[in-house]
Amino acid sequence: MTGSGRSKPPQGPFRFEAALKRNAQALAAGLCFLLPLPATAQEGDPLKGEQVFKACKSCHQVGAGARNGVGPHLDGLFGRQAGVLDGFKYSGAMKKLGEEGLVWNAFTLNQYLEKPRAYVPGTRMSFRGMTNEGDRIDVIAYLQALSKEAPAADPRAGTQARAEIGAVAMGMEGDPEFGEYLSSECVTCHQMSGRADGIPSIVGWPSQAFIRVLFEYKTNVRSHQVMQNMTTNLGNEEIAALAAYFGSLDPQ
Amino acid sequence: MPNITRRTFGFVVGAGATTLAMPYYARAQGKPRVVVIGGGAGGATAARYMAKDAGEDLDVTLIEANPQYTTCFFSNLYLGGYRSFDSITHGYDNLASNYGITVVNAMADSVDREAREVVMADGSKVPYDRLIVAPGIDLIYDSVPGYSEEAAEVMPHAWKAGPQTKLLKARLDAIENGQQVVMVAPPNPYRCPPGPYERVSMMAHLFKEKGYDDCKIVIIDPKPKFSKQGLFTEGWEKYYPGMIEWYGPDVHGGIASVDPQTGEVETDLDTFRGDLVNVIPAQKAGMIAASAGLTNDSGFCPIDPASMRSQADENIFVIGDASIAGDMPKSGFSANSQAKVAAMTIRGELTGSKVFPAKYSNTCWSLIETNDGVKVGAQYAPSAEKIASTSSFISQTGEDDALRQATYEESVGWYKGITTDIFGT
Repeated sequence: MTGSGRSKPPQGPFRFEAALKRNAQALAAGLCFLLPLPATAQEGDPLKGEQVFKACKSCHQVGAGARNGVGPHLDGLFGRQAGVLDGFKYSGAMKKLGEEGLVWNAFTLNQYLEKPRAYVPGTRMSFRGMTNEGDRIDVIAYLQALSKEAPAADPRAGTQARAEIGAVAMGMEGDPEFGEYLSSECVTCHQMSGRADGIPSIVGWPSQAFIRVLFEYKTNVRSHQVMQNMTTNLGNEEIAALAAYFGSLDPQ
Repeated sequence: MPNITRRTFGFVVGAGATTLAMPYYARAQGKPRVVVIGGGAGGATAARYMAKDAGEDLDVTLIEANPQYTTCFFSNLYLGGYRSFDSITHGYDNLASNYGITVVNAMADSVDREAREVVMADGSKVPYDRLIVAPGIDLIYDSVPGYSEEAAEVMPHAWKAGPQTKLLKARLDAIENGQQVVMVAPPNPYRCPPGPYERVSMMAHLFKEKGYDDCKIVIIDPKPKFSKQGLFTEGWEKYYPGMIEWYGPDVHGGIASVDPQTGEVETDLDTFRGDLVNVIPAQKAGMIAASAGLTNDSGFCPIDPASMRSQADENIFVIGDASIAGDMPKSGFSANSQAKVAAMTIRGELTGSKVFPAKYSNTCWSLIETNDGVKVGAQYAPSAEKIASTSSFISQTGEDDALRQATYEESVGWYKGITTDIFGT
């Protein structure tokens, strides 16, 4: 087990005790978090969870026809080993924990969503965490309802024909060599290994998502001063090249 | 040294310089050799990028006097108690073992440009085809009358991270309620423009944490204004009301002298006495740049803005604080950015790899109080005369707490990112 920063191991003899303890604390606090039994879903409010999930949607799809994006699709999530979806580039840390027995259920998800980087050190998920336990329970309930649907026939990051920002760059063949040159500006902050230690991981993204996000910064749809400034001078060719290069890298 | 044809170059400035680049990769004897003097944010990055990208095609040597490097960036956070000294100190093991760089832990004494050799302090010689000079800054102690290298043991500058930083931390921690700290801020141009003011913020944070209600920090500044002034001033009023006083030259009228014996700083206006005096004197390029004849009257090194090539020698590149980088501030981020341009240019000349147009960038984060970070940054491109800013940004006054916290957390991520980019994994 590599997770020095993880307070509770996701499996092994401690798990059940920890779950009980956690459950008792939650009950004592007047919350309705329960063990990963079917009852859990009923305790959370999927409709509220749908609102909470808006924060997740830019990276994760769930429901009928879901595809991988910046994050893996979430259909069939419950009961699945962590880090095993075909065609998604997981961090080494996530795959390793999956091999060691991490399985997604309401209990493990609750902990992961609270502090992703503490629960799976080295995760690529650029999300600080959801401090409100009620939100976590609601979003888990939402996911339990939606994830029973079937994903797209080929859920690898798709070629949805959507008229959207960055369409020109999306139609271009990015030059990875040019992208590698341009990338040297990015890796001063974004680690080449794909680790996210306070700065998002940008390694192994589907090209379309990468391009869309950069255009969202460029057109001030997304607000971040450094990224807005960085993208000011990037044109279609540069952005396509960066998407091609970073998309070709495998996270460690 | 194999019989390389010696060449002497006319001094070439600007865009024409690259056309003189010789196809050294066509040389019959051995691999082309690149030597880097200085293992800081600029030098170590340049060495790593050349070794990483050229693989077996280049012989890369990094000369650095110290076995470990403590970053100046984030050293204020060590003073403020947010970071340990170890967490801002890095070794060269990865560069040696994972990238095949020859790391020489010894002092370079001078450069024999005619022979294209670095002469080490012990007299040994390291030949080069291309040389990167990245010595950082030297302090001009006597720019403040009464100040000297010896005086720095009493009035620490702590503007080169290492023992001086530890000394300043020890002195700061010993300050008691009711005592006064005086900072003599540096004139332009100097390393890390917002650094002195972030440092003052960290000092104030430390005193506030201890519950001191009667400490003062006085800044005697030779400059009429300073980096992120509006942001710092706003933060000081918000978090440390009444604790920090800043005097510009129109108020103090000029710094006459400092006295390490009495802890006094004499100005035209008044004499300020500090229980701790932090003197940050004027700066110039590291000594070896001057002795190699790469500096001009400013004390820093003119370069070709498209490549970071020295204007004095075609085979030498100067990066980081020692260079005159136009609109770019002297910062670790700038040095890291310039290193990549120099590395790409040199690799292209020596191995025939593709050379793309130069791009530069910089961002400087500063911490004002716990979870209150601010930033300033820009992108740059070479113009005919200088490295010129093409777009820029700065944090705004009145930003909400969540944004300031996100900015601080981002700076912590940046530190991890850039030190990985400099020292490798």
